[in-house]
Amino acid sequence: MGRFIVRRLAGMVPFIILVSITVFMLIKLTPGDFVSNYAAALAAAGETVDDAMLDSMRARYGLDQSWLVQYWDWISGVMVGDFGYSFQWQQPVSSLIGERMALTLILSVSTLLFTWSVALPIGVYSAVRRYSIGDYFFTFVGFVGLAVPGFLLALVLMYVGVSVFHSDVGGLFSSQYADAPWSWGRVADLASHLWIPVIILGTSGAASLIRIMRANLLDQLNQPYVDTARAKGLSEFTLLVRYPIRIALNPFVSTLGWILPNLVSGAVIISVVLNLPTAGPLLLQALLGQDQYLAGAFLLLLCSLTVVGTLVSDILLALLDPRIRVS
Amino acid sequence: MSATLSNRDLDTASQSRLVWLRFRRHKMAMFGLCVVALLYFIAAFAEPIAPFNPDKSNARLVFHPPQTVHFFDDWAFSPYVLPYKLVRDPVTLQPAYVTDGSRKVALRFFATGTPYKLWGIFESDIHVFGPENLGDNMFLLGADRQGRDVLSRIIHGARASLSIGLVGVSISLLLGITIGGISGFFAGRVDWGVQRVIEFIISLPTIPIWLSLAAVLPKDWPPMATYFTITLIISLVGWTELARVVRGRFLALRGDSFVTAAWLDGCSQPRIIFRHMLPSLTSHIIAAVTLAIPNMILAETALSFLGLGLKPPAISWGALLREAQNIQSIAAAPWLLLPGAAVAITVLALNFLGDGLRDAADPYAH
Repeated sequence: MGRFIVRRLAGMVPFIILVSITVFMLIKLTPGDFVSNYAAALAAAGETVDDAMLDSMRARYGLDQSWLVQYWDWISGVMVGDFGYSFQWQQPVSSLIGERMALTLILSVSTLLFTWSVALPIGVYSAVRRYSIGDYFFTFVGFVGLAVPGFLLALVLMYVGVSVFHSDVGGLFSSQYADAPWSWGRVADLASHLWIPVIILGTSGAASLIRIMRANLLDQLNQPYVDTARAKGLSEFTLLVRYPIRIALNPFVSTLGWILPNLVSGAVIISVVLNLPTAGPLLLQALLGQDQYLAGAFLLLLCSLTVVGTLVSDILLALLDPRIRVS
Repeated sequence: MSATLSNRDLDTASQSRLVWLRFRRHKMAMFGLCVVALLYFIAAFAEPIAPFNPDKSNARLVFHPPQTVHFFDDWAFSPYVLPYKLVRDPVTLQPAYVTDGSRKVALRFFATGTPYKLWGIFESDIHVFGPENLGDNMFLLGADRQGRDVLSRIIHGARASLSIGLVGVSISLLLGITIGGISGFFAGRVDWGVQRVIEFIISLPTIPIWLSLAAVLPKDWPPMATYFTITLIISLVGWTELARVVRGRFLALRGDSFVTAAWLDGCSQPRIIFRHMLPSLTSHIIAAVTLAIPNMILAETALSFLGLGLKPPAISWGALLREAQNIQSIAAAPWLLLPGAAVAITVLALNFLGDGLRDAADPYAH
C-alpha cells in the first residue's frame, strides 16, 4: 500500500507541472498586459500617459521579458509561497487569496460530504425498492436536479429568500463577523450560512451520484452470490451492507475524481451570484482586469485542488479494493 | 416489442429498426424527443412565432407584469388580455401597474404585427399569435428593464442557445472521434499518451478554464465572431467525454471476430474503420452526442450569465438571465428568471432523449 501511494504521488509531479504551465499560458493568452490596460484606463480618465513611465512599469513587473523567463520567475516564487503581486489591489497575492481559498476548500469539502450522505442512502433505497413510488420520485427529482443549472437555483432561492422570508441568503457571514478574526462565534456563523450554498452546489452532483449508485447496486443485486447469502439466512440488511453495497461503492469513490472538479467549477459561478467571499468573484475580477498573478494563483490552486482530489480518490479506491492495489 | 411484429420479423429487422423499436417503448424518451423537436422548431421559426420584435423597447412599459390570456368572452371563443396602466402612488411617487378594466385587448391567431425577414430572406408581418390591432401590447411573460417583451426574447434566445449546443457538439464530435478513434484503434503507447491527456483535461475545473479563455476575447468583436469562438472554447474542453466513449467502443470492437474476419479478408485499414467498425458505433455515438448537448447549453448559459459569453445585443438564454443577476431586479420582476426555466426544460428533455437512445442503442441490454 505504501508503495502504491508513493508511486501515485510521484506520478502527480508531472501533472502539477503541466497544470502550472497550462495556467500560465492561459493567463498569458490575453493580448496586451496589465500595463496597457492601466494605460487605457488612465487615458479614458483623461490623464496624460507617459510611454517612458509605462516602459519602466513593464520593467519593474518583468513584463518585458520572454514568457519563459516570466514563467520561471513566477513558478520559482510559487514554490516558496510567493504568488507575486496583485496589480489591481496593490497587495501581495498571498495575502488576498489565503482566506478565500480556505473558504473555497471548506465549501467544496462540505458539499462533497453532503452529496455523499444524500446520494448513498437514496441510491440504495432506489435500487432496493426499484419501481416503487419513492424510486420514481427520486428519479424525477434527480433528473430535475441535473437539468437546473446551479446558479439558477441560487437565483430562485434568493428570490424566495427576499419575497418570503425578507432576508438576503447571499454571503457566508453575518455583517458583524464579516471582517472579524476567527473565533468560535465566527465558525458558528459560517456554519449557519454555509448550508444554502452547499445545497445549491450539491444538488446536481447528488442527482448524478444517485443514478450511478442505483445502477451499480442493481447490477449487483442480480448476482448469484446475493441469492446464496439470502439462502444461507442472512438478514436482508446485513446482506445488503456486507456484500452488494461494498462492491457498488467502488465506482462511487472513483467519482470523487470528477465530482470535485465539477464542484470547484460550479462554486465559482455560485459564489458570484450569492456573493460569497470565496475564490470565484475575485477570480472573475482578476480575469477581467488582466491581473495576471492573482488570476494565475487562483487558477493554479483550483486546478491543483482537483488534481489532488483525483489522487485522494485513487488512494481511497485502492484501500477499498485490493485488486487495484496489486495490479 | 410491439405486438404487430412476429418474432420472424424481428429476426430479420435491421439494426436501426431494432433501435427504433426499443426506443419507442421508452415513454420518457419519446416525450423528450417531442419536446426537443418542438424547441428546435420554435428556434428555427422564431420570427413568426414570437409575437413581437425582441429588440423593440418602450420606456413606458418598463417591468410590465405578465398578463393572463382569457380565452372565452361571454361563452364565445375570443381570446383577450386585460391591459395594465401605469399609475404613480400620489405620496411616494412609486410607479405601479394596475389593470385597466375599461377595455380589452383582443388577440387572434396569425395576427398582423411588426414586419420581419424570416432567415433574412422571406419578408412577412404575420405572427402566429398576437394582438388583433397593430399597436396594442401583450406581455404574456412580462417585460424587462427596457420594456421589451420577455416571451419574444426567450423565443429568439432559443436560436443561439440551442444552436450552440449543436455546433459545439459537432466540433467536439470531430475531435472526439478522431482522437478517441486513433487512441482506440492503435492502442498501446499512443493510447497511453492520449489517455493521460484526457485525464488531465478532465481533472481541470471547467468553468475557471472557460472563463480565462473567454476573457481573452476582445470586447468589441462582432456577435457572430464571439458566438463561434465561444462555441469553440466550450467544445475544446467538452470533447473528452466523447473521445472516451469512442475509444472504449473501438477497443471493445477490435477483438470482435467480424473485425478479425475483415483483416483476414485483406481489407485496408480505412475500410475496416469506416466500413466495418464505425457503423456499429453510430448508435452509441448518437446517444453520447445527445447527452453532451445539454452540457454545452449549460456552459453557454453560465458563460453568458457571467458576462463572458454572448453579450447584448446578441440574445441567448444566458445573456437574458444576466438581467436577473441582482436581487433588486429579481424582487421587482421575478419573471426575468423565466429564460432559466427554458434552459431547464431543454436540458431535461435532452437528457431523457439521450438516456432512451443509450438504452436503445445497446442490443445486449435486457
